[in-house]
Amino acid sequence: MGVFDLFKKKSSGNVAKDRLKLLLVSDRANCSPEIMEMIKNDIINVIAKYMEIDSEGLDIQITQTESDGSNGNVPALIANIPIKEVKHNS
Amino acid sequence: MSEVIVVTSGKGGVGKTTTSANVGTGLAKLDKKVVLIDTDIGLRNLDVVMGLENRIVYNLVDVVEGNCRAKQAMIKDKRYPNLYLLPSAQTRDKTSVTPEQMKKLVEELKEEFDYIILDCPAGIEQGFKNAIAGADRALIVTTPEVSAIRDADRIIGLLEANEMKKIDLIVNRIRMDMVKKGDMMSIEDVLEILAIDLIGAVPDDENIVIATNQGEPLVGNNTLPGQAYMNICKRIIGEEVPMLDLAGSNGFFAKIGKLFKKN
Repeated sequence: MGVFDLFKKKSSGNVAKDRLKLLLVSDRANCSPEIMEMIKNDIINVIAKYMEIDSEGLDIQITQTESDGSNGNVPALIANIPIKEVKHNS
Repeated sequence: MSEVIVVTSGKGGVGKTTTSANVGTGLAKLDKKVVLIDTDIGLRNLDVVMGLENRIVYNLVDVVEGNCRAKQAMIKDKRYPNLYLLPSAQTRDKTSVTPEQMKKLVEELKEEFDYIILDCPAGIEQGFKNAIAGADRALIVTTPEVSAIRDADRIIGLLEANEMKKIDLIVNRIRMDMVKKGDMMSIEDVLEILAIDLIGAVPDDENIVIATNQGEPLVGNNTLPGQAYMNICKRIIGEEVPMLDLAGSNGFFAKIGKLFKKN
């Protein structure tokens, strides 16, 4: 325990704020877990045509990102899709 | 011109009823004629917070069903000449009243009162729909907690969808000592997330518990929450009041004060 711990540890107030921000983006987008699951499966089906992906490790979420325009933060769908192997069948 | 204000939050236990009691009493202290309506049918509470529980004869459902006139059901608070309470029914449920009936009742009361304060039940179902039906503006009560703010955000969305003309935020139960340590979201944090106008912040204070025990709203007395509630009342009637310094330091609240004046 020391001064360095103070810098490392995020205050619980900030943790709460960050959790809330993420939570509200998906709340406001009105995206139920069922719909997220459907989106996830559709993405897997499309990409599986071209490459072998790790469907277990696939992670998608709705979050906020800064837009290039001037209107500040906009919701964005972020998908993290680990590729196992690219198919070469052309 | 009279105004109908609904006090709502989504989540239970954040201080809707305490806020309703104090705002209603405060407005009466500012010489406005006020009626408080408890719309939480089945879970009557505003009467005990106001200390008027022993004087109930008729209730909201009796009025709506035509068993009595509104005048007969309203309890006159003997401490303030301009303050009345229309209590809720304890042995009925939310479906006993419809939004249309609430609208009609509120319109009728508008002729006699300057302010009609509706204490909304928790939740977003029938009781909520009844409470917001006749309202001109809303006071959203929240605490600096993830669950309460999340529910407040949902309520704000619903109110906007219902074309509520004015929506203001009250941040309740704030603890400046915890905010300072970084262990509680600040008023600024809450405002940034919910993005609506702030009309006041009320500190977490033992005097609130004492006042509720005694059945006497503390608005206007010389405690910090008493002052905070009175400031909220003054802002409701259109006065410009600087934000109360809850922490004992200037910088932080001066900023909030400026934020408020812009709106």
